Amino acid sequence: MSDIIKIKEEYLLKLKDDLDLNNINQIKSELFGKTGKISNEFKKMGSMSPDSRKKFASDLNAIKDELQEIIEKKIKDIEIKEINLKLQNEKVDITLPERSFKRGKIHPVSQVIDEISSIFSEIGFSVAEGPDVENEYNNFTALNTPDNHPARDMHDTFYLDDNKEYLLRTHTSPVQVRTMLGGKPPFKIIAPGRTYRSDSDQTHAPMFHQVEGLHIDKNINMGHLKGCLNYFIKEFFEIDKIKMRFRPSHFPFTEPSAEVDIGYRLKDGKIIIGEGDKWLEILGCGMVHPNVLKNVKVDPQKFQGYAFGMGIDRLAMLKYGINDLRAFFETDYRWLNHFGFDPLDVPSNYRGLSR
Amino acid sequence: MKFTINWLKEHLDTKHDDQKIIDKLTSIGLEVESFESQSSELDKFIVAKIIKVERHPNADRLKLCDVDIGQNEKVKVVCGAPNAKNDLLTVYAPPGATIPKSQTKLSVSKIRGATSYGMLCSESELKLSNESEGIITLSPTKYSKQVGKKYFVNKNQKVVDLSITPNRADCLGVRGIARDLAAAGAGKLKNNNKIKINFSGLNKIKVKITNDKNQGCTKFGSLLIKGIKNIESPKWLKEKILSLGQKPISAVVDVTNYVMIDLNRPLHAYDADKIDKGIIVRNSKKGESFEALDNKKYVLGDNMCVISDASGVLGLGGIIGGVKSGTELNTKNILLESAYFKPKSIRSTSKILNLDTDAKYRFERGIDPNSIEEGLIKAAELIQNICGGTISKINITKKEKSKDRAIKFPIDLFNTTTGFKVEVREMTKILSDLGFLVKKNKKELNLKVPSWRPDILQPIDIVEEIVRIKGYDRIKTELPEKTRNKQTLNVHQKLFHFLQRSVASKGYYETVTWSFTDSKINDLFKEDKTEVKIVNPISSDLNVLRSSIFSNLIFYLKKNLDRDVKDISLFEIGPIFSGKKPGQQEIVISAIKSGMISRLNWIEKERKVDVFDAKRDVIQTLIETGLDDKKFHINSNAPNYYHPGKSGAIYQDSKSNKPIAFFGEIHPNINQKLQIKTEALILFEIFLDKIELHKNKLKDQKNKYEYSDFQKSERDFAFIIDKNLNVQELVKIIYKIDINLIKSVKVFDLYEGENIPSDKKSIALNVTIQSSQKSLNDKDLEKINNLIISTVESNTGAKIRS
Repeated sequence: MSDIIKIKEEYLLKLKDDLDLNNINQIKSELFGKTGKISNEFKKMGSMSPDSRKKFASDLNAIKDELQEIIEKKIKDIEIKEINLKLQNEKVDITLPERSFKRGKIHPVSQVIDEISSIFSEIGFSVAEGPDVENEYNNFTALNTPDNHPARDMHDTFYLDDNKEYLLRTHTSPVQVRTMLGGKPPFKIIAPGRTYRSDSDQTHAPMFHQVEGLHIDKNINMGHLKGCLNYFIKEFFEIDKIKMRFRPSHFPFTEPSAEVDIGYRLKDGKIIIGEGDKWLEILGCGMVHPNVLKNVKVDPQKFQGYAFGMGIDRLAMLKYGINDLRAFFETDYRWLNHFGFDPLDVPSNYRGLSR
Repeated sequence: MKFTINWLKEHLDTKHDDQKIIDKLTSIGLEVESFESQSSELDKFIVAKIIKVERHPNADRLKLCDVDIGQNEKVKVVCGAPNAKNDLLTVYAPPGATIPKSQTKLSVSKIRGATSYGMLCSESELKLSNESEGIITLSPTKYSKQVGKKYFVNKNQKVVDLSITPNRADCLGVRGIARDLAAAGAGKLKNNNKIKINFSGLNKIKVKITNDKNQGCTKFGSLLIKGIKNIESPKWLKEKILSLGQKPISAVVDVTNYVMIDLNRPLHAYDADKIDKGIIVRNSKKGESFEALDNKKYVLGDNMCVISDASGVLGLGGIIGGVKSGTELNTKNILLESAYFKPKSIRSTSKILNLDTDAKYRFERGIDPNSIEEGLIKAAELIQNICGGTISKINITKKEKSKDRAIKFPIDLFNTTTGFKVEVREMTKILSDLGFLVKKNKKELNLKVPSWRPDILQPIDIVEEIVRIKGYDRIKTELPEKTRNKQTLNVHQKLFHFLQRSVASKGYYETVTWSFTDSKINDLFKEDKTEVKIVNPISSDLNVLRSSIFSNLIFYLKKNLDRDVKDISLFEIGPIFSGKKPGQQEIVISAIKSGMISRLNWIEKERKVDVFDAKRDVIQTLIETGLDDKKFHINSNAPNYYHPGKSGAIYQDSKSNKPIAFFGEIHPNINQKLQIKTEALILFEIFLDKIELHKNKLKDQKNKYEYSDFQKSERDFAFIIDKNLNVQELVKIIYKIDINLIKSVKVFDLYEGENIPSDKKSIALNVTIQSSQKSLNDKDLEKINNLIISTVESNTGAKIRS
């Protein structure tokens, strides 16, 4: 038996013992260290004849590989054993709370504005804005509501000067005026925003939100108005069936004018939209009055169209079952937490308006 | 506008039932607010059942009854009736009810020591008969299922309450409503016969309308009724007045009110004997005064339209009469006025004097100037029928002739506006029924507008008349086109929406507060901005437009702290104001956070919120919106409501002079002043309008994607630098040494104190060095190391710490 077979036999036997990491490292250096047994065998090769050297080298390498493999496996086994041993002492009560996080919320009014914008975006409206502080002309006069008009009494106005020249807009309709004065038809906009009236009780807040709609083009008639609002209401309440009623009304800036009611019923004190025989007024609308078009330099002989205005807070209340308007603006942390929306819940068309 | 269906039927011949009429009214634009009986005192009396009868402990003749009144709880009632027994059905009057016979109002009372909730009634007590022996016995077959329901079926006529829009003055009268209904096919307008009156003698009270500038009265009709006996109104008239929810006064006053509601024709009755010489309709002079029928004294300004006599003001024309010339029950001779006053004049006078009356409401909207005589005749006849007397001829004094308005209506306009067609024949019928004179002329209708429709001014108004009578349900529903020619949101609006959700996602609750605030709190956050006062605030603590959102956030934060919510994060995005003119406002997002991080946490160490929490939230938000934080410049120039040493301003780059955001801890003085009790309070605010948005989309702003796989090296440095030198500068200097090699500079320690001079601080930095061309060898690294040290030392006077 050659030396190298002997070495192999000897160490295969040794490696069968129950060894710890130190023993194995000892064996490793006995074999493969600078003066290790295998290393020494390799050194012998220099003095061999080419013929015998070739065979010897091949045998020696085979032995080396075999031993090394066994040693590596032994080491891994021991490491895994040690990890397993350690794990037994590393158990935590996984029902303990996670590290802290804070969840933010989006206010229902903002969420509903995003919902409304998303719906009207689908049918080609873009979003326009105007300032909260308006002049008397844009808020009233341009909208066919002259100073001596009783319709002004319908709005309790906050004024910023004694001459009543500057005021907090009482509706979003002045955005119509600004949009049309600032551009050329066609116009197709919605304008959500803050509005102000100086009354305050259980059902009125001195500040609230409206969204204005305006579509001016050639050949736009009341049928388009009806279709647009019908589409909006269905999409907004996310129901297929909607009962909707247009009835004549009066606004100085539209002619003919209409108010729109939707059908509902009460179930356990909750409003169910879309069925039942009760009516709920939700918006005002009409064909833009020729006087308004003239005031904003649009030729009523060539262009016509519709406008509408609705209360955003009220829409939010109806959709999300909120009873108290005043609570919207009282910053009660508990209320915001309850009615608020997750910031990732962005209303969109493909994903659905609400979750 | 209130009226009963029966009253309506005096003008309308109709076979429609009540509900059909109600529905029709709403569908033609006369919105029905309610249709119900005026509530009655008798509604309180309820059918009840005696469940158990016991003897009263202290009185032999009284009984204690457990009574079922249809609610969960039975009530205890003390009763003296001999016929009270178990299972008897009878009538119960609750506390608060008034017994018709005695007119006494019941209350919860103790009768001989036992409490009685209400009483059980006899027929005589309810004035049903004289039967006073025992309580009412109701038949079980008829009433056993009625327990808890009203005993008296309300026999009052139901009253219609309409909400009349300001354009429809004509429908402030029952006849006008009937006319609209008739046009809409709900019946036929009755042709009320012309009343024939025997006029006797002349109206000797002369009326003069002066030529004052802006004279508010253009036409004044009057007649005299002599020798009347002004009495209480007869039953039919009283009932009419009561059905409107008004109180009958006397025949003369009730008749004038009746004619006003019936024809929308306000009248006024004067005691003719109290008029000094004649009537003069003129403009008032400043300082004149009179006592009005509401028993208040009014001091007038210049140029208000007054009715006066030789000795002074009798009343405000078309608004309110005066006490001096008012009628009373002993009035013998009356002068009846029926006039036309201009809406503008009525409106300005009533606004200045803050006076609102039925007459004012009507004149302001526009009264039919041609109804002067009809009103006088109808009222005179009624007064004569009730009070007797002789009626003089009518006097009419005119200043202006009222003209009929003519409109040329292009027939096509209907179709182009509404999207559907109506035959010309039908249009003509509708308009004629509404009182228009109609002549067809080729493609037009030549129309004469009825004198009672001051709201009809141009062709588009005619479209509305036809379409509302036809019914809005006839309008087709055109499906909206799903095309978009313009982006829904512009870049500013996108920024708004992005910031809103970005801040919310960092744990802040969004709130919406008023755009106005308390000037006292606003002052704390106003700095040098102009205060914008509201002339007519709803309350003195909401008296200015906000100069900052913080005044409201702090106010509500305190409220929540008072509710014992401890760690609060709030934000709002919205306008702040710097002047009273349109446009003097900007959009700001403001956030506030109070208390502790990781309060009561088993694994994390709790700590107070601090300036670097605010800085993280604001910087992260700005980065998320697409801004490049490497360009940011930060200094400590925050407004005075921030802690002077723990706050900062963020500039979009080192060249810009307007900060886009502030952040920091709140100035302790503000917490002190507002009594805010929390461990710590931080704020930040971002000024959206000051952010300069890149013209390109984000994808086009990005550099080419490049990376290096060559070896990265990290080196640590500690510099002792001047306390006043900020780290931002130090880091910038190091980056500048070689922007290609120095990939990042991290600050991992700040040390002040022992072993460091008191005007110095030690900053420890970790610098990552990597080349994109090769692996750096020791020599290269040594070179850059030395360069970092020497550059920092020479630029800042810092010393490397060894």
